[in-house]
Amino acid sequence: MPTLPKRNHTTIDPDQARTMRRLWLLSRRDLGGLGAMAMASFVPRTLRADAPARRGFGRAKNVIFLHMAGAPSQLDLWDHKPTLNRLDGSECPKQLLEGKRFAFIRGVPRMLGSKFKFAQYGQSGAWLSDLLPNFASVVDDVAIVKSMHTDEFNHAPGQLMTLTGRSQFGGASLGSWLSYGLGETGKNLPAFVVLLSGGKTPDGGKSLWGNGFLPSVHQGVECRNTGDPILFLGNPEGVSRETRRDALDVVGRLNRNTAVRTLDGESEARIAQYELAFRMQTAVPDAVNIAAEPKHILDLYGAVPGFATASESADDPRTLFRGTDARFANNCLLARRLVENGVRFVQLFDWGWDHHGATPGESIDQTLPIKAQQIDRAVTGLLKDLKQRGLLDETLVVWASEFGRTPMQQNAQTQRFIGRDHHPHAFTIWMAGGGIRGGQTYGETDEIGYYPVKNPMHVRDLQATILHLAGFDPWRFSYPFSGLDQRLIGPDDSKVRLHEELLG
Amino acid sequence: MAQSSAFTCLRVLTGLVLTVTWGPLAAKADPSSASVAVDFAHEVRPILSRHCFACHGPDPAHRKAGFRIDIKEGAFATLDEGKGAIVPGKPEASEVFARITHADVDERMPPKETGKALSTSEVQTLRRWIAEGAPWSGHWSFEPIKRPSPPHPVNPELIRNPIDNFVQASARSVGLTPAPQAAPAVLLRRLSLDLVGLLPAQSDVDDFVAHPSDANYRRYVDRYLNSAAYGERWARVWLDLARYADTKGFEKDQVRTIWRYRDWLISALNQDMPFDRFSTEQLAGDLLPNATQDQILATAFHRNTMTNDEGGTDDEEFRVAAVKDRVDVTMQVWMGLTAGCAKCHDHKYDPITQVDYYRLFAFFNQTQDADRWDDAPLAAMPTNPQRAQLAKLQADELSLKRKLVAQAKQTPDFLAWRTRLRRTLSRDYAATAAAGLLRPIVRGSWHRTGPYARKGERAFDVAFEPQNAPFDPKRVFDGGQTRWNERAAWKDGAEVRFGDDRAEVVWYAGRTFEVSSRRRVAFSVRTGVALAVWIDGVLQPRTDPVAFEFDGEWLPGVHSIVLKLADNDAKETFVFDWRADDVGTEPVQVAARLLAPQQDGTDESDVAARFFSVFDPEGSDERRPDVPFVNARATLQKLRRIRAEREAADAAVARIPILKDLTAPARRKTFLHARGDFLSPGAEVQPGTPSAFFPSRGEGNRLTLARWLFDPRNPLTARVAVNRMWAQMFGRGLVETEEDFGAQGTPASHPMLLDWLASEFVRQRWSPKALCRTIVLSHTYRQASEASRQGIERDRYNVWLTRGPRFRMEGEMVRDNALLVAGLLSPKIGGPSVMPMQPEGIWRSVYSGVKWETSPGEDRHRRSLYTFVKRTSPYPSMTTFDAPSREVCTIRRFRSNTPLQALVTLNDPVFTEAAQGLARCMLTLNLGVSQRVAQGFEWTTARAPLPDELNTLVALFRRRLAYFRKHQKEAASAATQPLGALPPGEDAAELAAYTVVGSVLLNLDEFLTKG
Repeated sequence: MPTLPKRNHTTIDPDQARTMRRLWLLSRRDLGGLGAMAMASFVPRTLRADAPARRGFGRAKNVIFLHMAGAPSQLDLWDHKPTLNRLDGSECPKQLLEGKRFAFIRGVPRMLGSKFKFAQYGQSGAWLSDLLPNFASVVDDVAIVKSMHTDEFNHAPGQLMTLTGRSQFGGASLGSWLSYGLGETGKNLPAFVVLLSGGKTPDGGKSLWGNGFLPSVHQGVECRNTGDPILFLGNPEGVSRETRRDALDVVGRLNRNTAVRTLDGESEARIAQYELAFRMQTAVPDAVNIAAEPKHILDLYGAVPGFATASESADDPRTLFRGTDARFANNCLLARRLVENGVRFVQLFDWGWDHHGATPGESIDQTLPIKAQQIDRAVTGLLKDLKQRGLLDETLVVWASEFGRTPMQQNAQTQRFIGRDHHPHAFTIWMAGGGIRGGQTYGETDEIGYYPVKNPMHVRDLQATILHLAGFDPWRFSYPFSGLDQRLIGPDDSKVRLHEELLG
Repeated sequence: MAQSSAFTCLRVLTGLVLTVTWGPLAAKADPSSASVAVDFAHEVRPILSRHCFACHGPDPAHRKAGFRIDIKEGAFATLDEGKGAIVPGKPEASEVFARITHADVDERMPPKETGKALSTSEVQTLRRWIAEGAPWSGHWSFEPIKRPSPPHPVNPELIRNPIDNFVQASARSVGLTPAPQAAPAVLLRRLSLDLVGLLPAQSDVDDFVAHPSDANYRRYVDRYLNSAAYGERWARVWLDLARYADTKGFEKDQVRTIWRYRDWLISALNQDMPFDRFSTEQLAGDLLPNATQDQILATAFHRNTMTNDEGGTDDEEFRVAAVKDRVDVTMQVWMGLTAGCAKCHDHKYDPITQVDYYRLFAFFNQTQDADRWDDAPLAAMPTNPQRAQLAKLQADELSLKRKLVAQAKQTPDFLAWRTRLRRTLSRDYAATAAAGLLRPIVRGSWHRTGPYARKGERAFDVAFEPQNAPFDPKRVFDGGQTRWNERAAWKDGAEVRFGDDRAEVVWYAGRTFEVSSRRRVAFSVRTGVALAVWIDGVLQPRTDPVAFEFDGEWLPGVHSIVLKLADNDAKETFVFDWRADDVGTEPVQVAARLLAPQQDGTDESDVAARFFSVFDPEGSDERRPDVPFVNARATLQKLRRIRAEREAADAAVARIPILKDLTAPARRKTFLHARGDFLSPGAEVQPGTPSAFFPSRGEGNRLTLARWLFDPRNPLTARVAVNRMWAQMFGRGLVETEEDFGAQGTPASHPMLLDWLASEFVRQRWSPKALCRTIVLSHTYRQASEASRQGIERDRYNVWLTRGPRFRMEGEMVRDNALLVAGLLSPKIGGPSVMPMQPEGIWRSVYSGVKWETSPGEDRHRRSLYTFVKRTSPYPSMTTFDAPSREVCTIRRFRSNTPLQALVTLNDPVFTEAAQGLARCMLTLNLGVSQRVAQGFEWTTARAPLPDELNTLVALFRRRLAYFRKHQKEAASAATQPLGALPPGEDAAELAAYTVVGSVLLNLDEFLTKG
């Protein structure tokens, strides 16, 4: 009889599985009219559709995912390549170009060494470029993965691939999967919150935090820098808290009559949701008020409450980027506050990392140092702050992007600024906390950083790692839709591997 | 138990008992299978599909041990060891049964790693089925539709039509009885919401409450079905399937003009276009014989696929993605099957092989669209008023031309001139040409120089050397580093990619024009990002950053154009259109007309106009007002004006993406894509339908596929369509998984009813309105929706349909009706998408300068299906109410219930404005407070408030009035922001207090819910 491939997961008790299974089927088919949403609101979390894949909490109760939209150059931040530096300016070997598709490179480009100085830091001896001076102090808490690779080389499909598991639209985002699976939140905040900086929405748009085929209750809630932190949170002008309370009492009373008369569970639920909305109106502004933090904490991140910049509303913010821009730092601090308040998944996007070298505003030598300065102190502060509060053990922090950048120069040699094209075959990410074994560099690329040569790790493996650390079996954490048990990691088991070496 | 969480409700399902009534029993309850025997199609096959097919199903690549159980041959095969897989009548002798009950958990099937273990009851079902002889049939939805006869009625007085026979027989088999008819006001509200999506008028409610007869009900059914709002309500549903949006998607997400498709949809639904025609026109309207403009317009359905304008993308990759989307959507919308998995491998559950998939792909693989930035091919799609206007202008133009010719012919000088000129031209064309009269403008070829960029600045904002000077191909720049390079291949009228692989740069393009006589010249340039134009070294003023039009006269000599073209993503293009032709000023054209043989219908008005403009004795009009020249001058002026008007009207016509097949020589070959990768072509395939079904007939184009979908032998199309309409009205389909009628979908709760409705739909010539009518006339539909304790315990989710439907309205309906009761809703139907109020800063897409600007006037209060849909940033309040982003086809929306929704209806300025509007409507009534509030309550809920409810609301009003009197500033804001200034003579505090009441009414469960 067939045997299934061995996998890196533990199985659950079969009897429990059967019970769960039955409840799952029941949830799927038997709850009739109100459909799956009724499930989401009525069935105890522990009995939910995903129950067979649950193991309870993993090491990571919370996840903070820092996505650098545009794809930073790994070769100028993390992946030190002396050989590439020696080859700087020489023609790219033909075999690296054959059969390859690039976004912009045409003809035979030249190799581009890094202009930045690299050195080793910490007990782990991690290599870092001099663009990340602060980060050097936390490398021993971090696992740097240099052998990442993906299937996509355009931004929108690449970001979708990383965050929804497929390069087309329609998938459920990582955060929505975890919201769906973990469910429990603080009393007054959504499970999945999204924070943006850099002045633009990432290329893949709001689908990157969409619920896809999952119930829409799991979509990420964008927490905004201006106006209401959550859309429509504030009362209309002239409606005081007292007026609102008075009105909601009446809404509640009349809705109660309806619920009693119709015995409609949804009406009953609605009463609770209105009360929750009312509580959120005060709880959310409190949670997002980073100005309440003491000065030494603000300084730790480089956060500046209320920081505003013209690039926020500029059509093309890139030329207005400054290293002192505190929006990303503010969001890092905010992420910590949200996690403390029970938000399970905080997704940060920072836009402006697409350094082709077509203009100085998007170049490796001019813009990358600015962007690096914006994040260096902020991510360092975040890790230190989580650690000093004892939150790092249960909070997984991931720093990633949709792909990396080429070892070749994209633009003409004659130009006074330099750039690299999109590179899906090798890039670097790092993870810390939440069950990650820190103080290590995992995976290796070849001498010029073109391909991984040791422990290649696909973005699906990264997804599997995150799910695993959050307490889910990545292979069995699924949701029935369109006749399939949909999974974040895609339909093909053989393409996914959990990298045990990364786990603490 | 449950964690009380922000995003789940606090109530917990108590007593899971209800669930035992559904599932396997569903089939047995249905009279079609009212025997005690296990029903294979509805009880056994779903178990096999869910637990076994993944490894022992249709997909050979993933099949384990060479064994399959999805087909009869496999299930009853004799295995290697000589044992029968399934031995009918003998569970103990069946290897399959032995394996699923194996004592050793490591040997037991399905393997525990799969998490697909069978429950005890499932094992028992399989055992009974084998013991009963293991009868086999195909998957239920793939079996032909037979028209079942309605079972004998239980309560004839509760039977309105055969729907009730089926539903009540099923209900009785599980011991449930139907509810009585809903109260008239409730019923009319439900009917109106279902048929037109809007609350009924108060006067209609009053009338129906007074005369709740069946005849009167039918009168309202017909009235609503004939209302133009019907088309809008049902178009909204179809737009989710069509993945309709006003942008192209992906990173750039630029605007796409495709709203005329929505107009078509509304109109087709309102005309009750039969579903087969409705579908055929959308899939293949362009291929119908003598296709009309509307039939071509319908094909925009499949042009709602996304286009990727992101820099550095491979157009073929995204063309293929769009074609695959068309395959998937077609199979899902019409067949209820998910074909998508067969892109990479044979489907694991349903009989769609990978070859089948690419055969379907081949039907769609011949269209001209190819992920181009301009979305070509486009077609001009005038609206009816535009068509009428254009026809009138064209007729006016024609009659003016005729008049002009007639006037010329009355002038003896003209005939003599024409004869003389024609003679001269024919005799000595060469000489005339040499004299310059006939020489055409010589257009030099394009030259290019660049790219240019400067550190720290946006290249387009920088003045580089080539600009501000007439074009001279010999000029060099940057001290000789850069020069003009000829680009002879750049054709006028064609899309030209002017850059190379460099992004964020500018290029210059230049050329000369040699003019031999004073000429009227007209041309246009358009590009994607930014454009500047110099004519003869002079920068031309413009209003449009990416387009330029010139229309003027050039003197004899050499003229030049220089264009500055921005390329942000290394794939930008421009188009140069040359039009140097105009009545009266273009001697070449005139000469051509004069020389042309007379019988070819040449437009003599050009010749006449030329005559009058050349020979018109200036200033003679006062002395000789009767001469033809004077009259002609007026005619000419009029003609020019009308022509300008006609051209403007032409330009205003929307040009929208349509389907158009390539001509024969350009046809593509279709290959299987190994692992779904378009870069790994496999064997060539021909167009065809999935081989598990009957074959298609025809020439293998999209029309062939459309006809196959509506072939009487197709088992799915009608079932899927009626189920969808049922789901809209009852909140849940007879097949709950509307998107999946395959092996993994839920079985039908009422299979006989589904088949009866499907056959009835076909019998009624696929008329959606007739189907709709049949459903709403049933008693099942008209039942009261309140549940009893027993009803809740036995059938919490009303699977057995012994209550009327009750569920929250979709977001669009919530907004539409809030505007309606506020007296704000615009009745305008159709037209371009609109932008209602939206908070600042929602749109921050990369590289898209398009801004959200609130539409003026009534357009900000249009029905929600007209709201502009930007795929990467859909309208936020609707998203909160479960509306999809339209990137992909959405067959079924979830219905969530969240605090964020409460925040929308409490605080979104759209709803604040509606509350203020409702307050003003209440205030205009010449009544006391209590009656006004009662009236507001009735508008929103279609019933009078109970005394207690009214007292509660009136007390709220009085408390708020007292408060606002003390807080005048708050009162002023609460009553007017954002709706606008107080009506003259009104008291802000009073209006603010009514606004609070209005907001409460708009947040009542009874308002938000269709009950």
